[in-house]
Amino acid sequence: MSWEPVIGLEIHVQLKTRTKMFCACEAGFGADPNRRTCPVCLAMPGALPVPNARAVEWAVKLGLALGCEIADRAVFARKNYFYPDNPKGYQISQYDQPLCVGGRFVVPGPGGDHEVGIVRAHLEEDAAKTVHVGGAGGRIGGSAHSLVDFNRGGTPLVEIVTQPDLHSADEAKRFLQLLRQTIVELGISDAEMEKGTLRVDANVSVRPAGSDELRTRTELKNMNSFNFVARGIEAEIERQIGVWDAGGEVVQHTYDFHAATGELTARRSKEEAEDYRYFPEPDLVPVEPPRELVDGLRGELPELPGARIRRLEAELDFDTALGLVTSGRDRLYERTAGDRRAVANVLMNQLAGAGVDPDAVDADELGRLIEARERIPRAAFAEALAKAAEPGFSADPYLAEEALADTAALAPIVDRVLAANPGQVEAYRGGKEGLLGFFVGQVMRETDGKADAKAVSELLREKLAASR
Amino acid sequence: MGGGSKVTVVDTLRLTAEDAAGLLEGRELSAAELHRAYLDAISERDGELHCYLRTVDAAEGDGVPIALKDLVSTRGVETTAGSRILAGYVPEFDATVATRCRQAGLPVLGKTNMDEFAMGSSTENSAYGPTHNPWDPTRVPGGSSGGSAAAVAAGLAPWALGSDTGGSIKQPAALCGIVGLRPTYGTVSRYGIVAFASSLDQIGPLTKTVRDCALLYRVVAGRDPCDSTTVEVPPVEIPEAEDLKGLRIGVPTELNEAEGIEPGVSEAVGRAIELARELGAEVGECSLPRSVEFGLPCYYLIAPAEASSNLARYDGVRYAIREPADAYMEMVERTRDAGFGDEPKRRIMLGTYALSAGYFEAYYGQAQKVRTVIADEHRAAFEDFDVLVSPTSPTVAFELGAKTADPLAMYLSDVLTIPANMAGLPGLSIPCGLSDGLPVGLQLIGPQFAENTLFRAGHALERALGFDVVPERYR
Amino acid sequence: MAISREQVEHVARLARLALSEEEIERLGGQLGAILEAVSKVSELDLSDVEPTSHPLDVVNVWRDDEPRPSWPLETALANAPDTEDDAFRVPPTGAARSEA
Repeated sequence: MSWEPVIGLEIHVQLKTRTKMFCACEAGFGADPNRRTCPVCLAMPGALPVPNARAVEWAVKLGLALGCEIADRAVFARKNYFYPDNPKGYQISQYDQPLCVGGRFVVPGPGGDHEVGIVRAHLEEDAAKTVHVGGAGGRIGGSAHSLVDFNRGGTPLVEIVTQPDLHSADEAKRFLQLLRQTIVELGISDAEMEKGTLRVDANVSVRPAGSDELRTRTELKNMNSFNFVARGIEAEIERQIGVWDAGGEVVQHTYDFHAATGELTARRSKEEAEDYRYFPEPDLVPVEPPRELVDGLRGELPELPGARIRRLEAELDFDTALGLVTSGRDRLYERTAGDRRAVANVLMNQLAGAGVDPDAVDADELGRLIEARERIPRAAFAEALAKAAEPGFSADPYLAEEALADTAALAPIVDRVLAANPGQVEAYRGGKEGLLGFFVGQVMRETDGKADAKAVSELLREKLAASR
Repeated sequence: MGGGSKVTVVDTLRLTAEDAAGLLEGRELSAAELHRAYLDAISERDGELHCYLRTVDAAEGDGVPIALKDLVSTRGVETTAGSRILAGYVPEFDATVATRCRQAGLPVLGKTNMDEFAMGSSTENSAYGPTHNPWDPTRVPGGSSGGSAAAVAAGLAPWALGSDTGGSIKQPAALCGIVGLRPTYGTVSRYGIVAFASSLDQIGPLTKTVRDCALLYRVVAGRDPCDSTTVEVPPVEIPEAEDLKGLRIGVPTELNEAEGIEPGVSEAVGRAIELARELGAEVGECSLPRSVEFGLPCYYLIAPAEASSNLARYDGVRYAIREPADAYMEMVERTRDAGFGDEPKRRIMLGTYALSAGYFEAYYGQAQKVRTVIADEHRAAFEDFDVLVSPTSPTVAFELGAKTADPLAMYLSDVLTIPANMAGLPGLSIPCGLSDGLPVGLQLIGPQFAENTLFRAGHALERALGFDVVPERYR
Repeated sequence: MAISREQVEHVARLARLALSEEEIERLGGQLGAILEAVSKVSELDLSDVEPTSHPLDVVNVWRDDEPRPSWPLETALANAPDTEDDAFRVPPTGAARSEA
């Protein structure tokens, strides 16, 4: 029996607003524990939330970039559960009236475009941080306990839920990489998995290849890099196939993937019986994004990476287009004139090696350099690239190294050499064609070796023949 | 005696806040002396009544002192919301209403007793012992703002702030024979108020007179950037007119003929309505077909549902009491079981049930729709009338212990105050007479933002009624 | 309408109330009676009615993304029952987070 994996992703994006979602404490990393708190994010009795306007705007922006419909009316909701990092005993999130619904995110791939449906994107607040300390394996003599730091609590998050439209770990990885780049280019988050500003949970199931049934799915958590997500998904796919093949049934569970060991461990099923008792948040009024705001944000959207890959794919090939866009060099590529392949090549290889910031490079000068690439010594070319991002960079000094092949420039030099060596000219015309090398050498001397030998030879032949 | 030192005897039983302000302005006594006068009265009479959970010795401010219900966060002063679970909790911030009082120069006299988490109609649910009605200490003062109402009635505070969710200002005002305003939802900030039911809670004044009520409302009302559910209010008019010409008063049948209304209450209210006619009001009957019948069940689904969520933060982690345990969840469960009294436990469970999977639509979801029906019915009534009237409470003050065995019996105390609350409407209760020697309250309900109309109507009636707010046993 | 013991226990667990046996019986009984009374709302056919979540018709209340000073550490921890290393200390949670 061959199986097809069915994967959906739940992604949390931490927005890099200056303040938290529902209070004016500074958001962000680095502060010592519990230095960024107030009655609201500490859930003191009587504290009330007030939404961050920028967070709403950025969530709309993200929704638009995902092709979503922006709701006419969005409502915050309480998600009720107890945990130390959830001080109110509920998280303010969104439930049946989220800010963004029904989008599509196109992921260009080697075999063509892959469209991933976006179920919804909504705003919510991040939990605080709980650290488990002591006990067996912990501090000597210290009993196990937990410490809670509320600095992170209340930071704005956008939760994105995809349709189960991904069918391999690799597809999931590509999707995430493109999503991440899109988010970063929108300027709303650093979206780094290792830092927790992008978090991914996967819902995985398998089905007989070719069928469209949906079997029981499991949830995977605790993966903090794209590679781990891919590996975790692969491990779970394998595990599920094993279960079905052995005649068993996959049970709905939440698993943690441990990257170091490749193991999947199931969480205590008690956690899964949680009933969140969602209801509309009475302390907040609904959000009805003004049409002008939404239209304005839509108009301001830059051309997103996915669209750029697809566009460049047409004039290059998928891998090169992908490479250019994901490495942040496609803008430079487009600004640089010249043969498309040649430019792409240089950008992907030599320029990458030079380690310069593509956005700081003078595209015109770069274009001239690339055009002369075959005619400049390699060392000079490399040096030029390394300096290409410096202010005031000019290709001139490096082009001067170019073997002189310009006929107009060479002609007077050739004329001078011929005029200075009348005897040899006559002898050549008398049949001693081996003297060509002598003339070439003379021209070379005149040009400090910079003349292009081939061009010189041709010009000499022409002139020597003509004066007869 | 040297030149000019006059001893002004302060009769706190009689003194209105307006009178007190006059004394201060006329420099007949200082704010400190006034404050001291109330503290003395408290020493004298509060032992019997137990209006206060704690008092504040030093007068901070040069205005008329005020008592605050113990769910108003006061920086540096313990705030318990009448519950054991917040014992020892000292807020590090002021509620917005407390800040506004402070900015108006009103010194805090103390924190008053209340039903725990504002859940109750008699103040018998306080974890710190009940408050007694100044008219008859064997009886309840009403609730949940019983401490504030009794304090004002017994001359232990010139005015006070209470909170009203299902009637917790109006009803104790009625039972104690004073004035209470439950404002339009959204006109007074809830920031810093220990929350019970977010879409229903409002802070409001408890005073001796309607003018005092308007004056205090003016101090606290208005949009607060810290509370997203607040809005700007029209300028507050302190009432002067003593007639009701041009005022259309509606008498909803269902509110005035509800089951359980004592005959003495009906009579007193009837006489007040007659008086309104004499003052020039047009009085007519109207109907709120389903608001009264379905108001109570609607309230007792929505309020506990919101409360079950609002009370989840009392978990022993960040403040107040914590029960020892080896694991976090155990600690939370034990703390909550030890800290909450029966009424919060009942309501938390009821609310949790109403929100839980499989029951949401039938209970909470349905109640939210009933709420729309109630709002629509009131809106329709206000097309023909400016004010609706009814008794505030179906009964006069009942005896301590009379209803504690049966939660449902206690809930019925709110049957007349709840419907307007579900619609977010303002309601003023003024004393309109006695029945068996105990005060009867008249409830005036207005459309949203109609406080000025209520003040006008209340003031004119108050003047005409001439009700003596000083409990007979103190005269 | 009686509410079963299992339902009482379930609801108490969701609400994190460690009820005693006596409480389960007494409060459970009262809960049943109250539920019966509030169930009255289902007598109305309100399929065409919109629910009211907010008494006022207000939308779009928010604030600018401008920071304001946070509480100093001592203030944040002032009422804490137990602290360690500038953090709130609680008994161990055991399992991994159950959350968002």
